[in-house]
Amino acid sequence: MNKDVVLSVKNLKTFFYTNQRCNKAVNGVSFDIKRGKTLCIVGESGCGKSVTATSIMRLLPKLSRIEEGSIVYHSDNGDIRLDQLKKNGKNMRKIRGSEIAMIFQDPMTSLNPVYTVGFQIIENLKNHNKMSKREAKEEATRLLRDMGIPLPEQRVDEYPHQYSGGMRQRAMIAMAMSCSPKVLIADEPTTALDVTIQAQIFELMDKLKKENDTAVMMITHDMGVVAEMADDVAVMYMGNVVENGSVDQVLRNPAHPYTKALLDSIPVLGCGKDQVIEPIRGVTPDPFDRPIGCQFGPRCDYYTEKCETMPDEITVDGHMVRCWHYKEVLKDA
Amino acid sequence: MHKEKEVLLSLRDVKTYFPIKAGVIKRVVGHVKAVDGITINIYRGETIGLVGESGCGKTTLGKSILQLVESSAGEMFYDFDGEMKDLKKLSKSELNDARKKLQIVFQDPHSSLNPSFSIFGSLQEPLKKFGVKSKAEREKIIGDLLEAVNLRREYMYRYPHEFSGGQRQRIGIARALCVNPELIVCDEAVSALDVSIQAQVLKLMQKIKEERNLTYIFITHDLSVVEYISDRIAVMYLGRIVELAYAEDLYAHTKHPYTRALLSAIPVADLDKKSKRIILEGDVPSPVNPPSGCPFHPRCPEAIERCKTDVPTLVEYETNGRTHYASCHLLEKE
Repeated sequence: MNKDVVLSVKNLKTFFYTNQRCNKAVNGVSFDIKRGKTLCIVGESGCGKSVTATSIMRLLPKLSRIEEGSIVYHSDNGDIRLDQLKKNGKNMRKIRGSEIAMIFQDPMTSLNPVYTVGFQIIENLKNHNKMSKREAKEEATRLLRDMGIPLPEQRVDEYPHQYSGGMRQRAMIAMAMSCSPKVLIADEPTTALDVTIQAQIFELMDKLKKENDTAVMMITHDMGVVAEMADDVAVMYMGNVVENGSVDQVLRNPAHPYTKALLDSIPVLGCGKDQVIEPIRGVTPDPFDRPIGCQFGPRCDYYTEKCETMPDEITVDGHMVRCWHYKEVLKDA
Repeated sequence: MHKEKEVLLSLRDVKTYFPIKAGVIKRVVGHVKAVDGITINIYRGETIGLVGESGCGKTTLGKSILQLVESSAGEMFYDFDGEMKDLKKLSKSELNDARKKLQIVFQDPHSSLNPSFSIFGSLQEPLKKFGVKSKAEREKIIGDLLEAVNLRREYMYRYPHEFSGGQRQRIGIARALCVNPELIVCDEAVSALDVSIQAQVLKLMQKIKEERNLTYIFITHDLSVVEYISDRIAVMYLGRIVELAYAEDLYAHTKHPYTRALLSAIPVADLDKKSKRIILEGDVPSPVNPPSGCPFHPRCPEAIERCKTDVPTLVEYETNGRTHYASCHLLEKE
């Protein structure tokens, strides 16, 4: 097994069952997270980005199930099949929060309002390490200081509502980083924040990544964030990874029509009023009424009869694409 | 189009303060200075972008212009067929007429349409109020509007839950267009939409603007979007305008340190355009007691002694022969 890979997901299928209907939210997703690198997962709302993350963390809601595929965590003590562990079993709880940690999108709702921020960080520390209360508190203060929170000795005893939005997200990161995880999953960590605060958080995540050699899996819908942060990119559409490769490969030479259309549809800063933005026609399909074959087919300019069967994953030089017409797309670029 | 530069709306030192009340007798203990002295001329037919971080007062300014929020001080002159009248001093019936000319598109398309009304039900309200008596006529107008925003005529008898986010936002635009307005305030009109849908709505808004010779006040926090759609851009910080310039000049010849930091903080989806980020420290100060002097000085990387005491005013400069306003002491020295 490749030593650089810390977590690999193979053909993951997670389905939701509601009202006797089945939503194939994640339908055959494969990717690897490399040690000390950032993998960005991009896609529009409803494409299955967050479900992939919660599948890895085994935090899926009750009505959903991992149907197929494997999630392998390559720990220092051998490989662990996360998908086969019991959701709330001892082993999963040991990994969750210490080896694989997660930052959630909305820092306002993911901190418990009735406990102090310090208490919530200490809880994680005490759970995973043998620490006395005092040691844990000192460690929590140190973490908050590292995150650039002013007056950490005082702030550690404050409640989440006394923090601003950016500070709350820092506290969340402090909590996630408290046990020096090998993998950090960040689900749209800055979507709710202002750009100047977003820049601060990214700076911080970059620093932590370098210091602790943590692999980051970042979920986002912003191509700008991808260009800024990612080493590798996976583009998702309707429950599939349609393109996966290094950031250079995907952003410079998009091989999938969806990636290309997505890049053409966003205004780029500094290009002025004359730039051409080309909207993607149509809308994302209803997950209960999916198109046959390639999911992007009905909105795609390259559509042919061949697209009525789901394309295979084709890999050229580590650049994976799921499209029958990728050669034409590359030629048109 | 706006070469003759006909002023449509002229704001003079507009202030909107919200009182903070405390105690049993609800004594006023302070004010949130949401909008703190805005002076700006808006010309007919232009799109002016208002950008800034959350809490800088951009939405409050938009609502103050529409008289949805009562402003505490200042004057707002609006061009009523050649006659400039202060919107704040209009009588009730005059204000009703003014509402025909000023419309708004809200941020959240999910909560700004009444779920128990069909689209026809929602959109006919303004028409009824402004005297379109016959139902057949209302149906015709609404049908035409829906077609103008690329929706089908038949959709008017559907309910909001049957539409996607992008479609609902287009209905929101159609509603604003109902009464043939002159000025539309777009309050984060595309922020809640997915990127692929965002482009559709932006293009549509531009098309409609050209067809109907509208003026937009485009409020957003997304600088890439605002650059694409606006003629001029006003950057706000803590209730004040810190820089106001033509879109190209704002990006190419940034004057204010805050704008520079804001622009550098935005991730750009282009690998060749990576620039060095200027990281601002700390958060936006509270608008309840803003810092003395220049409101930006505690976070400003270039602040000098004078910034702590003197409040800078918006001074007119020139870039490429066009006006360019900025409020910073550092610029005055040159």
